[in-house]
Amino acid sequence: MNYLIRFSQSHETFRLPEIQSLALIEGIDMKVIFYSLESPFCVVNLPSPDAAARLIRRSILAMSIHELWGSGPDLSAVHAAVQATTRHLWSRYMICSFKFTIDSYQGSRSAEDKVRIINSFAYLGFAGPIQMRRPDEEFILFEDWEFNSTPLGIPDPKYYYFGRYLASGARDLPKKLDLKKRRYISTTSMDAELALVTANLVLAVPGKVIYDPFVGTGSFPIACAQFGALTFGSDIDGRSIRGDEKKRTLRANFEQYGLLAGLGGMFTADLTNSPIRRAELRYDGDGVTGRLFDGIVCDPPYGVREGLRVLGVRDPEKCPWVIPKGKEMYKNPDFIPPRKPYSFLAMLDSILQFSAQTLVDNGRLSFWMPTANDQNQEIPVPKHPYLEIVSVCTQTFNKWSRRLITYRRIPDREVDQEAMKAREEMKPVGKTADELNPFRKAYFSKFEPVDGGFNDAP
Amino acid sequence: MKVLTLNFLSCAVKSCKSSSDSFPLHPKDAELVSDDVELNQQLLVNLLPRIDWNALRTTSTELGFPQLPEQPPTAEELQADAKMLKDLHTLLMETQINEGKLVCGHCGHEYAVREGIANFLLPSHLV
Repeated sequence: MNYLIRFSQSHETFRLPEIQSLALIEGIDMKVIFYSLESPFCVVNLPSPDAAARLIRRSILAMSIHELWGSGPDLSAVHAAVQATTRHLWSRYMICSFKFTIDSYQGSRSAEDKVRIINSFAYLGFAGPIQMRRPDEEFILFEDWEFNSTPLGIPDPKYYYFGRYLASGARDLPKKLDLKKRRYISTTSMDAELALVTANLVLAVPGKVIYDPFVGTGSFPIACAQFGALTFGSDIDGRSIRGDEKKRTLRANFEQYGLLAGLGGMFTADLTNSPIRRAELRYDGDGVTGRLFDGIVCDPPYGVREGLRVLGVRDPEKCPWVIPKGKEMYKNPDFIPPRKPYSFLAMLDSILQFSAQTLVDNGRLSFWMPTANDQNQEIPVPKHPYLEIVSVCTQTFNKWSRRLITYRRIPDREVDQEAMKAREEMKPVGKTADELNPFRKAYFSKFEPVDGGFNDAP
Repeated sequence: MKVLTLNFLSCAVKSCKSSSDSFPLHPKDAELVSDDVELNQQLLVNLLPRIDWNALRTTSTELGFPQLPEQPPTAEELQADAKMLKDLHTLLMETQINEGKLVCGHCGHEYAVREGIANFLLPSHLV
């Protein structure tokens, strides 16, 4: 049977990948019949009403799901469809309490019109009591109107859907994890809604192990732990994990939400010198050695609000004393190792390589990366022969946007060996933050057109 | 940090990665604390293939826990063995290293653990 998903009309490019990830998590065979970025209505085929409820129970972007009784460009088409296909269902709702509502997207109806339309469904013959609060069943007529229909004086919507309410999504979760009420956040904490969507895309479920190599104040691990996963994280700046070492710490955030069971371990480390054990990539690996994580999720620093740095000295010739001094001092507990700016593209490549080494087969990597909206300055989606792109979701700002890119770790034997051989190590040149990071450079030059653009940048 | 985390971590120095002595790291002057965590059987079974059993045996002995069997249990054995589940849960999930050091058996580098957070940053001559 077909079911209607009522989405929120926001984060449009994230909605379908989220629902598809949830179908995978719940093991539900789902076929998408209708989906459009311009519409909050999506029609899917599912095996049962129970599967429909399970499908969206942890969805952040779907508001509700309904058993679809009929749809069409006008009311008579809806009535014809309902009468033709659902007659056998009517008797089930003869005596239960019920209510009828109209949900108009981008439009409105007068109260008289609503009553008139609802009464046109009288042939269903429901004889039970009408109850506006907590009825046994709720029937909703959805109307999809043209944008701006009221001022334009458009009399009728362009499409109707009629269905029986089944279940709601998890749109209360972003409120629970709202950054405004979180004890400890920083300038780069990911907002709760998108962190939860990311957790859905990375398939965070109870018993799975998720790692965030740029953990900051823990937005992603918290979202993943909310869905029952065990989370690990690291950051090159240990202060972001420790916070004030009293009430405002990463651990305190987990405590605030009662998620301590999902806090695996947090440590200070640099991804390019990571202590995480792993095996070199092979084409005939055993699929076990070094495969630690079911998911890797991160929002690496772009170099705009947060500098992108790794361990090392920027210019050893200019400051030859730094390395010997470090050699002398490094055992001092207060020693802070020198760090140097790093290429953003090289960092993305390090993330892919690390993920290929440490993800289990079919494990997922979801990470955020920024790009300019101008096509000449656009940063291409990074690729790796061990990782298959699952989805690319985009959140657009004025002159730039950020993408959430999700990959699946494919089994060793499916890897394209030629592509792996052809894959050249990226050799970043330049020493300053701008030279290394085309996005940062474009951001601070306000995305003015430049000769060449990103593709010629290191 | 949980003892489980220790099983995921080797020395961060690149030239140590090829040496078998760089894993597991050896706790030194470790101050242990215990967190009360609810036992999650599904999680332990899922973790089992990712745990380096020999390394875990070493760590367990070094931290003063009873000796683990030589071979890891299979998923079925673990699910059927309530005592093994409890023991592994206590060791991996509840026991935390709060203060102390983690020492590489190859290069001898010591990584400090402070308030449960280990620091794996390296000075420039080791990068």
